[in-house]
Amino acid sequence: MKSDVILLGHGSGGRLSHQLLDDLIIPTLSGVTPQEQNDAALLSVGGARLAFTTDSYVVDPIFFPGGDIGDLAINGTVNDLAMSGARPVAISVGLILEEGLPVADLQRILQSMNRAADAAGVQIVTGDTKVVPRGKADKIFINTAGIGVVERAYEISGSGARVGDKVLLNGTIGDHGMAVLASREGLELSSDIQSDSAPLNGLIAALLDALGDSVHALRDPTRGGVATTLKEIVQQSAVDISLEEAAIPVLPTVRGACNILGLDPMFVANEGKLLAIVAPEVAGQALQVMQGHPAGAAAAIIGEVTGEEAGKLYMRTAIGGRRAIEMLAGEQLPRIC
Amino acid sequence: MNLTSAFRDPQLAAGALEAIARTVADYQGRITLMEVCGTHTMAIYQHGIRTLLPPQIRLISGPGCPVCVTPVDYVDHAVALARLPAVIITTFGDMVRVPGSSSSLMREQALGADVRIVYSPLDAVAVAARNPGRKVVFLGVGFETTTPTIAGAVVQAQKQGLDNFFVLASHKTMPAPMAALTADPELQVDGYICPAHVSAIIGSDAYRPVVEQCRVPCVVTGFEPLDMLKGIQMLATQVVEGRAEVENEYSRVVKPQGNPKARELLYTVFEPADARWRGIGVIPGSGLSIRSEFAGFDAARAIEVEVEEPIEHQGCLCGEILKGKVRPGDCPLFRTVCTPEDPVGACMVSSEGTCAAEYKYGG
Repeated sequence: MKSDVILLGHGSGGRLSHQLLDDLIIPTLSGVTPQEQNDAALLSVGGARLAFTTDSYVVDPIFFPGGDIGDLAINGTVNDLAMSGARPVAISVGLILEEGLPVADLQRILQSMNRAADAAGVQIVTGDTKVVPRGKADKIFINTAGIGVVERAYEISGSGARVGDKVLLNGTIGDHGMAVLASREGLELSSDIQSDSAPLNGLIAALLDALGDSVHALRDPTRGGVATTLKEIVQQSAVDISLEEAAIPVLPTVRGACNILGLDPMFVANEGKLLAIVAPEVAGQALQVMQGHPAGAAAAIIGEVTGEEAGKLYMRTAIGGRRAIEMLAGEQLPRIC
Repeated sequence: MNLTSAFRDPQLAAGALEAIARTVADYQGRITLMEVCGTHTMAIYQHGIRTLLPPQIRLISGPGCPVCVTPVDYVDHAVALARLPAVIITTFGDMVRVPGSSSSLMREQALGADVRIVYSPLDAVAVAARNPGRKVVFLGVGFETTTPTIAGAVVQAQKQGLDNFFVLASHKTMPAPMAALTADPELQVDGYICPAHVSAIIGSDAYRPVVEQCRVPCVVTGFEPLDMLKGIQMLATQVVEGRAEVENEYSRVVKPQGNPKARELLYTVFEPADARWRGIGVIPGSGLSIRSEFAGFDAARAIEVEVEEPIEHQGCLCGEILKGKVRPGDCPLFRTVCTPEDPVGACMVSSEGTCAAEYKYGG
């Protein structure tokens, strides 16, 4: 930790966030190794194998095109469980409310959570509510934790990528981050960009039913975007990955908005996307499964695990050039999830 | 296929690369081309253009990143203003992380200063209108692309009768530094990839004095990969043929006379001034200061504050990098002491900075 105070960049999901985790939080609280740092913890409890995860949501604004803080809080935790190959079962909800929040807003958020839980097939089983004085929080913060059951014999983590594997993505990148940003006050970006907030457990179940342990790694590229998530995977798996820029789906409106603001969609958050790293012989089948599922209609094979040059992520650009991709240090767009 | 993807077409790119290779095939010696716009710096890395060019062609980055060329005492001034209780600092994002002598705006923000990132200077005027009891200072950094919008914000604030909107001005202009760099005997620039957006304001004719005084080819070039390959080919052709002229690759946007309306607005509020460039020093007539009629909007004149003595980090080669004399990898601090999460020089902070681009895309 080089800074003696917490900076906004420590919450970016980029390198400053990793520094905070690796230098302070993890050594003090648990000591898990980087290889074990996945979207959910896997536990053996009385013979049952469980996945356990938690996430907090502070998105601003709380309502945005394509979703709100409520469905985000359910989908995010459902997806973290699903990425470890677990079937999400139960979710807890902690609400921190700011004095003065309209009850109608809270009701709308709760209804949205309920719908999201139904869609994902999970139950909200316990919760807690706190209210803080005006100005001590911003409208509403939500924490959710989730438990899932690991019913398959194999485990899926970020350390399973092998040389030759193909990298698949289930659709267009950057939609969530740009939808939130475009709806921020003060940023007069009229656009029809919708958040992609969605549960992915159904798509993952379909993939695992079809391909079993040929699926080597799964992760949802949320904060920090596809680039940061793949960089985590190449580090955990000690491999390198080469991406094809031309194959990565980006909506023209998202690309346009990114151009205006000087952002790279590869680093913009998604809330309904997954990266699947699969054995090369099943890549075509995996693509078919994804494209046949509502959450994966625009799926594509975007790259492959090319070698054992540990921790490197490369991009072959649309015009045929080659460059490396590094994690960002921080970012200028805090509070997008 | 939309307009953008047409300028990234792989087959057209292959054709453009072949044209470059043919142009330099029989040319003995090296061709050094400098870009003086941060967006070009980024685009060259982002599209991997260096990996595609023949070895004779060397691309070097000049002082084109507005955040990077801003001297450290400006950051110190902004930090000092941020510490005043009644002040709200409004700025484009990158400035927040630039290290000053002892602090940065990001650090001051964490310690309680009110620092807000805006996407347009008019947003800063709106902040001023909503906060009549506070002094709202916009950090005026940038080239001719952004300066007209800042001039527009000052005019707007005047129209609204606001007395709490200020600009801390450190504006730079093109092409003054190009003449200064060409005159540097240690640098040998064979041609300039001239900025796209800046040229849309100042016009391609603005480079005629550089070409006439310095006998160096100038080609106004767009930001899309195919634009850049074409611009590079046009420059290489001039070098091979021994010509030095102003040419315009980006004529679909840039006109010879530029945008007179934007310049009129700009010069209503600002007037030419000498300016200090980080790493280069003072270049006569290369900056803009706020005219005395608008002195009430000039944070430097209207808000009194004590600013610390500037300290440049020992060993930081930002200055040499901004002049294109060394590459980021030649700096002993690069990747070791100086990283994006803990930057020493501004070149590592700005998304358009050469060091940040090399760190993010180069290795």
